[in-house]
Amino acid sequence: MVPDELKQHIGKIDPPHVREVERGAIRRYADAVGNGNPLYFDEEYASESRYGTIIAPPGFFGWSMQSVPSSEGIIGLMTAMINAGYYRILDGGMSYEFFLPVRAGDIVIASPKVKDVNAKEGKSGTMMVCDFETTYLNQNGDLVAKAYQTLIGR
Amino acid sequence: MVKEQICWEDVEVGYELPTLEKIAHSLMLVKWAGASGDFNPHHYEEAFGQSQGTDGTIVHGLLKHAWLIQLVTNWMGDEGFMKKFSCQYRGIDYPRKMKTMNEPQDGDTWQCKGKITNKYVDGDDHCVDLEIGVVNGKGEVTTPGSATVILPSGEWQLDN
Repeated sequence: MVPDELKQHIGKIDPPHVREVERGAIRRYADAVGNGNPLYFDEEYASESRYGTIIAPPGFFGWSMQSVPSSEGIIGLMTAMINAGYYRILDGGMSYEFFLPVRAGDIVIASPKVKDVNAKEGKSGTMMVCDFETTYLNQNGDLVAKAYQTLIGR
Repeated sequence: MVKEQICWEDVEVGYELPTLEKIAHSLMLVKWAGASGDFNPHHYEEAFGQSQGTDGTIVHGLLKHAWLIQLVTNWMGDEGFMKKFSCQYRGIDYPRKMKTMNEPQDGDTWQCKGKITNKYVDGDDHCVDLEIGVVNGKGEVTTPGSATVILPSGEWQLDN
């Protein structure tokens, strides 16, 4: 059984998170991963590529776009989970559909939605499996990507 | 400069991507926290990690996801396009601690592996499906996944 205080978050969408895709942020991301692909930091190389400029690696906006505190959506549900005693939270997985490349200087607008919450019996008792769906648009209103993320509370 | 670019015709089902080796260590996790915006202390504070039911700090799932994306995107080259990606965090990975300010202690090395499971044409797109995964030091796949990539076909020519 999913407690009502968690269930009430299903279907809620965060206010849109609007972010400029900054060159420095792309470079730091690639550096943290240990990814030396020049498309992510070498403007001269990238300008001669099909993209014409530096791009963000796919998945760049996965979590960094979702870190805005909000009483709705993801943060709201996570707070409710902790309050309901499911305070041990683990990331379950991530899926994407990609439609367009993301270039440095683009504006990306992310709208994370709580898709579903399901109770599942695990080895250590009942777990709450939370599914999120995030839509990413760019400054032209074009669909850039969709992301599906699962967080598990125990 | 002639860029190396893999084409759809170059690969068959069963083709294995060059393995990408990674070492997760405390410094990398802190850098990842800053770069990704995931400041969950589970990834940098031992006692908090234990309170969460693990043996201390653990490697971010999303860092492993970024390794797998690197494996695929750097293999497919500038002309490839990743259409779909998915991975599941099935096993917990523990980072190496630091020996010096920037050198990790001896310990596990992770291998990111990929294999083509399907090859087909979808409309105008020449696609391959991949089975991918992060393998830990014991040979266990802690982060299995899949991806679909569009590759240039043989008619594609380098402009430069």
